[in-house]
Amino acid sequence: MTTATAPVAAKSDAPAFDPGAPPPATLFADVWRGIGKENPVLVQFLGMCPTMAVTNILANGFAMGVATTFVLVGSGLFVSLFRKYVAHEVRITSYILIIATFVTLADMLLAATFPDISKALGPFIPLIVANCLLLGRAEAFAAKVKPVRAVADGLGMGLGFTLSLSALSSFREILGRGSLLGHPLFGPRFEPWVFLMMPPGGFLTLGIACLAVAYVIEWRKKHTPAPRRA
Amino acid sequence: MGHLSWIFVSTLLVNNFTLVMFLGLCSFFGVTGKIETAWRLGLANTFVLLLTAISAWFLNAYVLKQTPFLRTIAFIVVIASAVQIVEMAVKKYLPVLFRQLGIYLPLITTNCAILGLALFQTSRNYTLVEALVFAVGAGLGLTLALSLMASIRERTELTEPPMVARRMGLVLVIASCLSMAFMGFAGMGSAE
Repeated sequence: MTTATAPVAAKSDAPAFDPGAPPPATLFADVWRGIGKENPVLVQFLGMCPTMAVTNILANGFAMGVATTFVLVGSGLFVSLFRKYVAHEVRITSYILIIATFVTLADMLLAATFPDISKALGPFIPLIVANCLLLGRAEAFAAKVKPVRAVADGLGMGLGFTLSLSALSSFREILGRGSLLGHPLFGPRFEPWVFLMMPPGGFLTLGIACLAVAYVIEWRKKHTPAPRRA
Repeated sequence: MGHLSWIFVSTLLVNNFTLVMFLGLCSFFGVTGKIETAWRLGLANTFVLLLTAISAWFLNAYVLKQTPFLRTIAFIVVIASAVQIVEMAVKKYLPVLFRQLGIYLPLITTNCAILGLALFQTSRNYTLVEALVFAVGAGLGLTLALSLMASIRERTELTEPPMVARRMGLVLVIASCLSMAFMGFAGMGSAE
């Protein structure tokens, strides 16, 4: 983070459980945070349902990522625009309504442009509404910053989500089907690991990814001298 | 009757909402630290599922015929209100449970299982009775999955896994094994 110097002035008005307004940061940092340090899938474990349900082949995972990014950016923009006019008591309902509107848009766009993918994802596109990532970002970030930053954050979170989903679904498609985006990769003697295409394979793939991330974190902790981590 | 009981068994075991269809995973990973809380949250979910099934059916039958594009929005508003009602009722009559569930009670709104139930019920054109059976099956299936997971996690509390598995890794691998066990039920009939 570039502005580690600011001793964050956002503590005054917030109750104890409220994280308060996010510290100031450059736009680039806002985008980058979602991809790296606060990756929604691998670090925060938000939006688990689509993460595992649709990542059996790359096309589905990628489409889900793009649709979620669209909703994140759109809802972030509007939540941020309306942040001064929404009463505190009804804010969650208002955010949900904004999100649901964008999800409906995404659903219609996808059905009109890529009917095959829309059919394969089925109810999981409307289910983006119930993705905790969206409400989480609206409440914790978009409602407290200017629209530009909200859009940057939505874009970053969306990209992080898309990248993780694509990685998970490539892993599952390559090993579970021996193909990538429908193109066979190995010869006819390849025996597909069908287990990975089934529900338990989804849990296992994410489990492996988590173990890998935890391993990297542990490794870094061991190999970095303590004061340099700031 | 055979048809209804098949819907029930199918949603309870064969197509278990959490372990096979991946719905409601947030609470599945979030609240399964203790078995007491887990099954109570499952029952609260079941109640909301029932309310949602009834209201979604009426919405589908009388309101959404003319305006199918409003489906997602209408469903989520209904669910949010149902959760609000449940929250008030629990707060009034079961204050202990209210404190135990904490943030996860209002979060039922963003539980994909609830919205998923309404959407599946729509796409399969269930009648009101079928929808009710579907909701009870889904709710009990959710409760079953939560309790199973919680009882395993209570045991793993006492063990010492390697450092890398301390966070979510171990839990996900356990979930994978549970899900594998539920795949065994697929032999009871074709999944939809």
